[in-house]
Amino acid sequence: MPRPGFVLDVDRSTPPSLFWHGEGFRLEKLPADRSRVIYAPEPHDAIDDVDGAIRTALLHPIDMDPLPSLLFPGMKLTIAFDDVSLPLPKMRRPDLRQRIIEQVLTMAAEAGVDDVHLIAALALHRRMHEFELRHALGDRVYDAFEPRGLLFQHDAEDPDNLAFLGTTDQGEEIEINKRAAESDLLVYVNINLVAMDGGWKSTAVGLASYRSLRHHHNPTTMEASHSFMDQHASELHKSTWRMGKVMRDHGPKVFQIETTLNTDTFPQPFDFLAKREWEWNAKDRALYLATAKSVAKLPARSARKLFHGIEAPHQLTSIQCGEVEAVHKVTTQNVYDQQLVEVEGQTDILTLGIPYICPYNVNSIMNPILVMCTGLGYFFNLYRGKPLVREGGVVILTHPTTNEFHPVHHPSYIDFFEEVLADTTDPHVMSQKWEKQYAEDDWYRHLYRTTNAYHGVHPFYMWYWGSHGMKHVGKVIIVGGDAATVRKLGFTPASTMNDALEIASDTVGRHPTITYLKTPPLMIADVK
Amino acid sequence: MVDRNLQRAQRVAGAAEDAVRRAAMPLRNFGFPYRTPTVPRGVEVPPEVSGLGAHYDTEWARRPLASSVRSMIIEGPIRLTARVLTSPEIVGTDRLTDLTSLDDPPPVIFAPNHHSHLDTGLMIRSVPLAWRHKLVVAAAADYFFDKKWKAALSALSLNAIPIDREVTGRTSSDLVKSLIDDGYSLVIYPEGGRSPDGWGQDFKGGAAYLSARTGAPVVPVFIDGTGAIFGKGMKRPKPGRTKVVFGAPLRAHEGESTRRFNARIEAAVTMLGDEAITDFWTARQRAATGTNPPLTGPEHTGWRRDWALAERRKLGTAGLRRRQQRRWPDLG
Repeated sequence: MPRPGFVLDVDRSTPPSLFWHGEGFRLEKLPADRSRVIYAPEPHDAIDDVDGAIRTALLHPIDMDPLPSLLFPGMKLTIAFDDVSLPLPKMRRPDLRQRIIEQVLTMAAEAGVDDVHLIAALALHRRMHEFELRHALGDRVYDAFEPRGLLFQHDAEDPDNLAFLGTTDQGEEIEINKRAAESDLLVYVNINLVAMDGGWKSTAVGLASYRSLRHHHNPTTMEASHSFMDQHASELHKSTWRMGKVMRDHGPKVFQIETTLNTDTFPQPFDFLAKREWEWNAKDRALYLATAKSVAKLPARSARKLFHGIEAPHQLTSIQCGEVEAVHKVTTQNVYDQQLVEVEGQTDILTLGIPYICPYNVNSIMNPILVMCTGLGYFFNLYRGKPLVREGGVVILTHPTTNEFHPVHHPSYIDFFEEVLADTTDPHVMSQKWEKQYAEDDWYRHLYRTTNAYHGVHPFYMWYWGSHGMKHVGKVIIVGGDAATVRKLGFTPASTMNDALEIASDTVGRHPTITYLKTPPLMIADVK
Repeated sequence: MVDRNLQRAQRVAGAAEDAVRRAAMPLRNFGFPYRTPTVPRGVEVPPEVSGLGAHYDTEWARRPLASSVRSMIIEGPIRLTARVLTSPEIVGTDRLTDLTSLDDPPPVIFAPNHHSHLDTGLMIRSVPLAWRHKLVVAAAADYFFDKKWKAALSALSLNAIPIDREVTGRTSSDLVKSLIDDGYSLVIYPEGGRSPDGWGQDFKGGAAYLSARTGAPVVPVFIDGTGAIFGKGMKRPKPGRTKVVFGAPLRAHEGESTRRFNARIEAAVTMLGDEAITDFWTARQRAATGTNPPLTGPEHTGWRRDWALAERRKLGTAGLRRRQQRRWPDLG
């Protein structure tokens, strides 16, 4: 029986807590009697017969007819799937997307469907490399569809391949991939790693263009999303639901497939990373020391390669298909069942260890903007109810935060960092003053469409993800970060955790309460 | 004194002559007990149970010592031979993930097509590690177990067990059932023997019957290329490339007859064969319409069949012969 999440009140006998620090770790002793550490629930039992579960789900969808009955000869079938940003870390082969798509294709073949397209739902993310597509889809599907030109990566800047579906009652325009829009059936294959993923957000975001995305990816919407993990309190989700309504009336028929994973995040020998420190045995301690010491000595590039090579033993806990909203309701509940941890009350200081990976630097570099986005955009938002930290509190992140960018994946981030952040760190100001210029820049557009670069506007969106967090807290401190880089982000650098707590005392007083959200593994704090 | 010595020498010489003559005498001149006893009239000798063929007892080959020796043979000479001669590309093992990810993977029955003696070594080297060292191979009782040395060698090196080719006899099926109950997986060639002409043969019901009897799922496997490397009738192997494609496990449906299940297994291997030369989607589409190219080849006879075989091999891995290393002339 897996243990639920756990909130530990730190006392003097509590061992130091493990913090992620980019491609490294820190062991930090938090002040006794006023600190607490939140541990994720243990992985739920997985489904043994995955292929059987997929087949059953496809044959017994929610509020829709079985998939085979929706397929007919001469139809246009489009299968869209989540891109490289999910799951994190990448899952062991065979990836769930491959297993699901193979079964969908088998049913399509049996129904005599010839016109099938596969689309990676990138939105404004970078195009996937061939090895990433092969990992997600498997060699069989890739080798069958890519050479025929039937495997696409969504291009949000291709005017010939975008279809305008209409506007919502609040004037939000919906423009999505033309092939998907004109299909008789759109099958969307999701991996729902967190409660934010899936639902109408899949199609309305993953297959949309900048024209459509700007209506919800903006500072006003992001600031009003409390949090992204709680759809009913998220303006972002409300916007995508409104878009979903238009898509339901004017768009293609959508057969939504959603899957949930357990929190089994790290394979051996890194499984100690998910264990509670006082349960580390001699082997775990030896592995920690060996890993921490060796990655500290490795060149950054090698350490990055080592960590990005990790394939998580994530396992399927549920799969459901059918009508988008009905399916997503079940999925969200399943994610909550696995990830929710009850936490009593808010805290003055929230501490977060920022790991080597986030959705936007898979096989890439965690640049300073992504550090901010991971800390204040993602981890800060891992709550339901109230934020873990009180309004005006302090967030302390641990990460090296070096001034380093991947020139192929993140070209516009470099200019954003040098140009936009030098001017302002205010999301509203930058959205008014700078966003359009980056979004419509021909060079960034060219790189996005033809290479493996994120869209020119993407760093803005990353900054907006953190806008609610930035507005909510009084100060952000990064421990162990490059001082100049941290200052440029508008944050305060600190050498050690003790220094950070000392600096924080200016904002929250001499005896603040401290909470450490030890993630990954992912969890959602249900703050009462 | 001299006479006595002469007499002694004569006796020794005589004894030696007797010994030489006896040694030179044909065996047939010896009687019982050097020959089988004659049978008294009116007495019927009960037939002796043969220790060869389907009756060969292979139990010794699964004892710890023999298993250890076999592990060394598998990871040494067999692996090396498979690599040198067949350069295999192994695909589709991900379809078995649901089984291999279990703490104790259940036994399965691998049902590959059969073109060459190399197939068994290749299969042993290709099956996922979870099953590799607890794997028995169904070998033709009349071919591999007709002589004691062949039987011992097959049992020791391949963990072969004797199976009647024509009918799955009670002895064979009882043996397989007990082995599967003990956790052993099985490699059985449903075609019953190597292809005589490079094309496949119709599947016999052995794998389907054994699966239905034991409850173990059948894993269809398609082996491409071994026929061109060391097919039946070839005197020496010609190294080349092979591809081993594993399919998803199959189980007999409720109330499904052995014949129908066997047809499904054959169809699955045929589809894998199509997948090996085309791609996943084409093979699925053709499978849905029953138009996968049959493994048994075209209906023609004679040269047209051989012609079609050459075309088929061009599409498969056999067409990708290992390129000969270019040799530049030695100009001194």
